[in-house]
Amino acid sequence: MIRAFAAGVASLLATLLVASVVIFAAMQVLPGDPAQVMLGVNARPDTLAALREQLGLDQPLAVRYWTWVSGLLTGNPGVSHTYAVPVSDLIAARLGVSLPLAALALALAVAIGLPLGMWAAARRGRAVDRGVLIVAQLGIAVPNFWLAMLLVLLFAVTLRWLPPGGFPGWDAGAGPALLALVLPAVALALPQSAILAQVMRQSLVDVLAQDFVRTARAKGLTRGQALRRHALRNAFIPILSVLGLQFPFLLAGTIIIENVFFLPGIGRLVFQAVNQRDLIVVQSVVMLLVAIVAVVNLLVGLAYAAVDPRVRRAA
Amino acid sequence: MNRDFLNARLLAGAIIVGGVCLMALISLVWTPYDPLKLDIANRFAPPGPRHWLGTDQLGRDVLSLLMRGAVGPVGVSISAVTIGLVVGATAGMLAASSGGVASYATLRTSDFLFAFPALLIAILLRETLGPGMLNAMVAIGIFYIPIFIRVSYGASLPVWRSGYVAAARVAGRGSLWIATVHVLPNIAGVLTVHTSVQLSLGVLAEASLSYIGLGVQPPQPSWGRMLLEAQTLLPISPLLAIAPGLAIMVTVMGFNLLGAGLRQALDPRGAFIPESEAVR
Amino acid sequence: MTVWRMTRRCAALILGVALLCGGPAFAQRTDLAIGVRLEPPHLDPTAAAAAVIGEITYANLFEGLTRIDREGRVIPGLAESWEVSDDGKVYTFRLRQGVFFHDGSTFDARDAVFTLERAIAPDSINPQKALLEPIEAVEAVDAHTLSVRLKRPTAQLPFILGLPALVIVGHETAETNRAMPNGTGPFRFSRWHMGDRVDLVRNDRYWGEKPALSRVTFRVIGDPSAAYAALMAGNIDAYTNFPAPEHLPQFEADPRFKVVVGRTEGKTVLAQNNARKPLDDIRVRRAIAHAIDRKLLIDGALYGYGDPIGSHFAPQNAGYVDLTGRYPYDPEAARALLREAGAEGLRLKLALPPPSYARRSGEIIAERLRDVGIQVDIVPMEWAQWLTDVFRDKNYDLSIVSHVEPNDLDIYARDDYYFNYDSPEYKALYAELAAEQDEEKRLVLLKSLQQKLTDDAVNGFLFLLPKLGVWDARLQGFWENAPIPANDLTGVRWER
Repeated sequence: MIRAFAAGVASLLATLLVASVVIFAAMQVLPGDPAQVMLGVNARPDTLAALREQLGLDQPLAVRYWTWVSGLLTGNPGVSHTYAVPVSDLIAARLGVSLPLAALALALAVAIGLPLGMWAAARRGRAVDRGVLIVAQLGIAVPNFWLAMLLVLLFAVTLRWLPPGGFPGWDAGAGPALLALVLPAVALALPQSAILAQVMRQSLVDVLAQDFVRTARAKGLTRGQALRRHALRNAFIPILSVLGLQFPFLLAGTIIIENVFFLPGIGRLVFQAVNQRDLIVVQSVVMLLVAIVAVVNLLVGLAYAAVDPRVRRAA
Repeated sequence: MNRDFLNARLLAGAIIVGGVCLMALISLVWTPYDPLKLDIANRFAPPGPRHWLGTDQLGRDVLSLLMRGAVGPVGVSISAVTIGLVVGATAGMLAASSGGVASYATLRTSDFLFAFPALLIAILLRETLGPGMLNAMVAIGIFYIPIFIRVSYGASLPVWRSGYVAAARVAGRGSLWIATVHVLPNIAGVLTVHTSVQLSLGVLAEASLSYIGLGVQPPQPSWGRMLLEAQTLLPISPLLAIAPGLAIMVTVMGFNLLGAGLRQALDPRGAFIPESEAVR
Repeated sequence: MTVWRMTRRCAALILGVALLCGGPAFAQRTDLAIGVRLEPPHLDPTAAAAAVIGEITYANLFEGLTRIDREGRVIPGLAESWEVSDDGKVYTFRLRQGVFFHDGSTFDARDAVFTLERAIAPDSINPQKALLEPIEAVEAVDAHTLSVRLKRPTAQLPFILGLPALVIVGHETAETNRAMPNGTGPFRFSRWHMGDRVDLVRNDRYWGEKPALSRVTFRVIGDPSAAYAALMAGNIDAYTNFPAPEHLPQFEADPRFKVVVGRTEGKTVLAQNNARKPLDDIRVRRAIAHAIDRKLLIDGALYGYGDPIGSHFAPQNAGYVDLTGRYPYDPEAARALLREAGAEGLRLKLALPPPSYARRSGEIIAERLRDVGIQVDIVPMEWAQWLTDVFRDKNYDLSIVSHVEPNDLDIYARDDYYFNYDSPEYKALYAELAAEQDEEKRLVLLKSLQQKLTDDAVNGFLFLLPKLGVWDARLQGFWENAPIPANDLTGVRWER
């Protein structure tokens, strides 16, 4: 276990190091001049040069890379070109929207998906089961941004129950802020919950067929009792791995959904920063996202190994 | 779960996928109207006998757009999965054969690629190389490579350790020969099932990329971009947003049903994928 | 369950608010929420070109020496009056007294000198620095008198000094204006919720007439259907430059709203790379001009809102001459010209920046050009790439973009501008205009310049971008037109 942990961490660090080089290099081949984007079409060459100097874009590549990476390590990767505030402040503020959104969506997905899956498993083969499977098939196939549009059409444009987009900020009170997150979270959560329901149902069905559950049922427990007492814990292993696999999708989904709903989160930030060629922000946010996915991967792998010692997939 | 229902899924999946692919192919030579022909005087026409699904904001026939719009999602999905399959399966199989440094490097590269959000690769590709179908294929293909590496690595590991592979090695056969003749046939079933599941994801991914302006470029239609354009028109003409969304949903569902059906047909014991269907 | 309860509570809340608003004895409103399309990168108009900075700050937070009014005229701002010397080379501005910055410091000639010197300094990043090139020196004659010495007569100076990029900044707070703008305007900066909105409050120490509004919020709502929903739901009171013309009929039909279609200075052109084959051939350019159906474009891309233009000149400005009839839509004439030029089977790339007017016009133009035998490959791009590929490197065939600067005929006289138009006659005419002080003669010259551009079919001249204003019918005082990108709120009030 400890060896697996150490190996995992080492590989994580290597991944991050390589990622930082790749990301930095990608920024350099991105066409477009940040100074020109900021100053527009009437700017003169000397004005652009002055701005590039102010932004530190005239420094050699190696120096800029080192400044950035060493800044990352100390939690201060630099100052945004356009906003002129520290990138770390910017990211922290935006995480204040993205993290609650992702958490809300995940919680919603789990709260809808798992009970549905359990229900279907308990009524296996019956109408409820088929109904859940069909609904789940539909749910998996729905593009979340389309779902988002339909939700806006129904709840914001037609019924006017919920805001169509934007985010009032947490200082406007938890109520309005949460209201602004309801539609985006639902749009993200429904397809996820369909996947979870399917996986939950199947893994329960699998576990229920195993010997120890059969033994328990032979001892006189009903299917429901057997399910609750024995099967649930074992069924969570695949759920865990699916959650890990789904995480990058959730992240990508968050980026798109934030743009549909105009939420000032990380996803909006990275889109805007790409358009404005705020390179330092783009590379820092991308680095953060890569790090999050890599860490989640590592944790899922470790948890998987801890729950089920038979699983040893690493070479 | 009874077998009839599963067979029904295979059948339904095959019909939907076949239908969508056929529609995409037909649209290249024939559509009810030229999908690029503008008729601004006749914009936002409601569905009727002339235009079954009405016309869009530039007076184009929505049915024709929908038909031609299938080319992007289907084409990109198939090409991207092919990229992922060819590169990923080759790398995965060979990594499983050797062990040691090469294997380690392949698996770490795979982890690394997996950690890169595909969406960001796509955005960066768009900004550097400009948008287009090819870049969507590459971006989604890159995303598939680590998935197929993992699958083929895991599935081929036991094959490499089997007796007949050892025998072939003694007979002096090279890794590539063994991979082609012995390993590939053994993991073909796993790869088939995964391929059909990934194809459904590919359709969704292409739609997402088109929606953010990457992928098939105007004037050629694509479902994702139709959704993007319809978004601002939601209060005026909801059908423009509903039609392409439904098309995406049905296609994705078709590939999913096909995958589930194939899994049932090729893998009745549930050995390929832990959470697969199993019949007892 | 929770979601349901929340939506119910929300519905109840909305109902309650609606009942309150409907009450006849409701007090005079003095707050205002305005939608803007793009998020400002920061709030310092002297350090970036983004139009939205001006739309939020101009005349509200910051003021210039002169000021551009709703009709595009130059009126006094922080300078009460000004005189020009007989040779046209020295301007003397008398500055207003008793003016305070929002931080409490006093405005005087030092701030004016500081602002202008900062804008023309070698390390200046002012986006309009190019326009200040004629300035030789700036000095404070006394605390309330400023003199600007020019290298050559520049009749445009008072107008230039009224632009958003040349608003007066305090010499102690200039560098913090990006996040904490400190100006002299009738509103003070209150708070910026990045990514969502900017809040302003009334400046009670304002030197002029106090505005009727006490609180103003600029909300960033980029998506047209979200903007539509926000207006319909009353989340915002006004959207002075509504991004989606297709929604206007619905607002027009609703008595709660007032729809005002005004003019911007945005001359939208099909830019052509005049130096690149085959566009260096005037017959090819004229063929393209004949293939442009402006009526179709305005109907298709702008839903009928917008005025056709025949040259690079806005119809509302003095000196305008209507040249829209010079190349009528005539596919046959276009094909004939292409045949004559031996340019059949052409294939051109059309670079399209992100705004929807460009994307939509692009699809329509591409279809019309295909009809006369020119294959068009559409290349959509973000602004960053457009600025380098098209604008800086001039690596393009065709592009569609709106030129929003007023009075910008000079761009065709520049050597390195992206149209690659190089005409000695035009340059000579333009030099004559720049030196001419007599208004009558200036008008004649302006007409010749427009005529020359159209004769040479330098670009395809498409339409003037409309300013589509939608606001609560009880609001008064918004600008109808947009001579510069601004939302001057000093005169805006709720009807009694």
